[in-house]
Amino acid sequence: MTVITLPRRRPRSRLARTEAKWGLIFIAPWMVGFLAFTLLPMTATFIFTFTNIALDQKVPLSFVGLSNYQTLVSDSDAWGSLGVTLRFAILALPINVLLPFGLALLLNSRHLKGSGLFRVLFFMPYVVPFVAGVLIWETMLNPADGWINEFLRVIGIAHPPDWLRDTTWVYPGLVFIGVWGIGGGTIVYLAGLKGIPTEYYDAARIDGAGYAGQLRHVTLPLLSPVIFYTLVLGVVEVLQYFLVPLVLNQGTGEPGGSTLFLNLYIYKNFFTYQNIAYGSTMAWFLFVITLAITLALFGTARRWVYYAGER
Amino acid sequence: MDRAETDVSSAAPPVRRLGLRTRLRSGPGVRRRSARNATQSFTITFITVIIVAAFLSPLLRSFTMSIKNPDQNAQVDGPLLPYTAASYTYNGREFDVYQVPFPDGATRELALIRKGRSSSEFVDPKDASQTLITWQGQWRSLTPAYAFDPQWHNYADVWEQINYPRLLFNTLAIALIGTLGTIVSCTLVAYGFARFRFPGRNLLFVLVIATIFLPSTVVIIPEYFVFSKIGWVGTWLPLLVPAFFANAYDVFLLRQYLLTIPREMDEAAAIDGAGPVRTLVSVLIPQAWPVIIAVSVFHLVYSWNDFFAPLIYLSTNPDLVTLPVGLASFSGARIAANPGLIQAGTLMTMVIPIVLFLIFQRFFTRGIVITGVEK
Repeated sequence: MTVITLPRRRPRSRLARTEAKWGLIFIAPWMVGFLAFTLLPMTATFIFTFTNIALDQKVPLSFVGLSNYQTLVSDSDAWGSLGVTLRFAILALPINVLLPFGLALLLNSRHLKGSGLFRVLFFMPYVVPFVAGVLIWETMLNPADGWINEFLRVIGIAHPPDWLRDTTWVYPGLVFIGVWGIGGGTIVYLAGLKGIPTEYYDAARIDGAGYAGQLRHVTLPLLSPVIFYTLVLGVVEVLQYFLVPLVLNQGTGEPGGSTLFLNLYIYKNFFTYQNIAYGSTMAWFLFVITLAITLALFGTARRWVYYAGER
Repeated sequence: MDRAETDVSSAAPPVRRLGLRTRLRSGPGVRRRSARNATQSFTITFITVIIVAAFLSPLLRSFTMSIKNPDQNAQVDGPLLPYTAASYTYNGREFDVYQVPFPDGATRELALIRKGRSSSEFVDPKDASQTLITWQGQWRSLTPAYAFDPQWHNYADVWEQINYPRLLFNTLAIALIGTLGTIVSCTLVAYGFARFRFPGRNLLFVLVIATIFLPSTVVIIPEYFVFSKIGWVGTWLPLLVPAFFANAYDVFLLRQYLLTIPREMDEAAAIDGAGPVRTLVSVLIPQAWPVIIAVSVFHLVYSWNDFFAPLIYLSTNPDLVTLPVGLASFSGARIAANPGLIQAGTLMTMVIPIVLFLIFQRFFTRGIVITGVEK
């Protein structure tokens, strides 16, 4: 093969310039939106962290150096709320990633009759307004006559937990409330499963692989990009979790502060205490944690996420 | 692999293959296998039915609660459907109705008129002559008779109490205007990314994708600050204006779809003298309608269900809030009083997104697939 050296920078033709002009015109709405609603606000949040800015500025606005960060380091409520968020994440994240996967495997089974209907039924609650979902699941989790506890009593558990008013059981309770969102992930996994060529399964069967072997050596590697995508979005989502407790108990953090999530604490500082500077500091803190975990995940991706096109 | 198959088929004459297949179909081993398949199908389908029933059972629970009054809802271990103890008016007074067993084995529903320790007097509501019946036994051991008594008026009550028509109008207006803005802006931006080369295009597109993963907390504080300083808090503007500046999800979705439309069609239009705008309107949009429907339904449902933005920007003006915000404040205010009303309101809030989904579910799921799998 002969090496062809191209001139590093070709003089761009008039046609190319016109094309570029039109391209920039068409993407202009996004560029303006990105500047106005993402980049500038992010920068502003960052600058706010070094000031004493408040919604009702009582003391003169001034730069305060790192004092907001010093407050954050010694704020036990902030660290407590980070602990709450992480404790919930450890429980909710694996469930949010694996449950849709399991459901997709079930819906993709060739033994399942009427899978189209089931797909619609499992997906339907995904479009239920989240407030409505919370209010419905709250009654399901009612300790006295909620159906979850009724069921537990039927199968012999005499004293089922008081889900949403118990500092330990509130986390599985919140996971229950989130289970109606399973449809989104399931549909994505299903599409991934449908995209796996059947030849791979035939080859695995010829090599003597059973169902578990095929799952382990064909399905999992080929689906790893989808799992990765679900995992990263799941991390971003779970670290920002706070809306369900906000609706359940108006953000009081009940029971016993166990639902005072980091993001809830941020919004309380901002909207209730009107402390923009400190709210911004914690918002950046949350952003840096999210970014660090996301980047760490991308770092591990090379080892376990398989892209068929590469190599 | 391909070659191996070809070899096998060329080695076996067609007639023999046919015979072989017929024999395989009817052979005892195959019958056993198909029986096993049928059992497996039955088992897996049965398990799935159970799971989906459990998964959707909260809807049934919500519905049964929504047609009960506070007393019916407060009964622990009460019946699933709304029942009230039956009563009968006799000589101008109300009497409870009981299920009364008789020695001949029959059970009759009778109104208890006069209570006695070892025998009581009843009257049969169905008996026009209203003759008193004396029954031997302790009336306390009798089970009361229930009458089916659904409280359909809960729906009308909550309609009035949360001012449903007003909230419905607000929710619809915000969703429709936002959807219009989203479709126009995202189509333009997606077209720009899909069809034009310009410096930094790939980097900018990576930036688009990156914003999908950006935690919104880090931008909301200054946004709220600015919106409150320019007097937009308490108006719909903070919810509507950003929709006209495109969002990463829908741009990505539309771009992926536009990339699948052959470029030759644009080029043909260009040769005919169509400019870029005309090409978009008359060539690409007519072919991209499935994804445009998907984006519309996405945004409609998203906007309908959105809670936090309407909460922070509209709460100061209750006349402007949307259904989810109205529902949340309604339930927060009177959770102990009447759960039936709350559940009726809840179901009324979710009817429209569910109907939209059921109509457009094909477009809906395809949209999710494109964003999730292709990344």
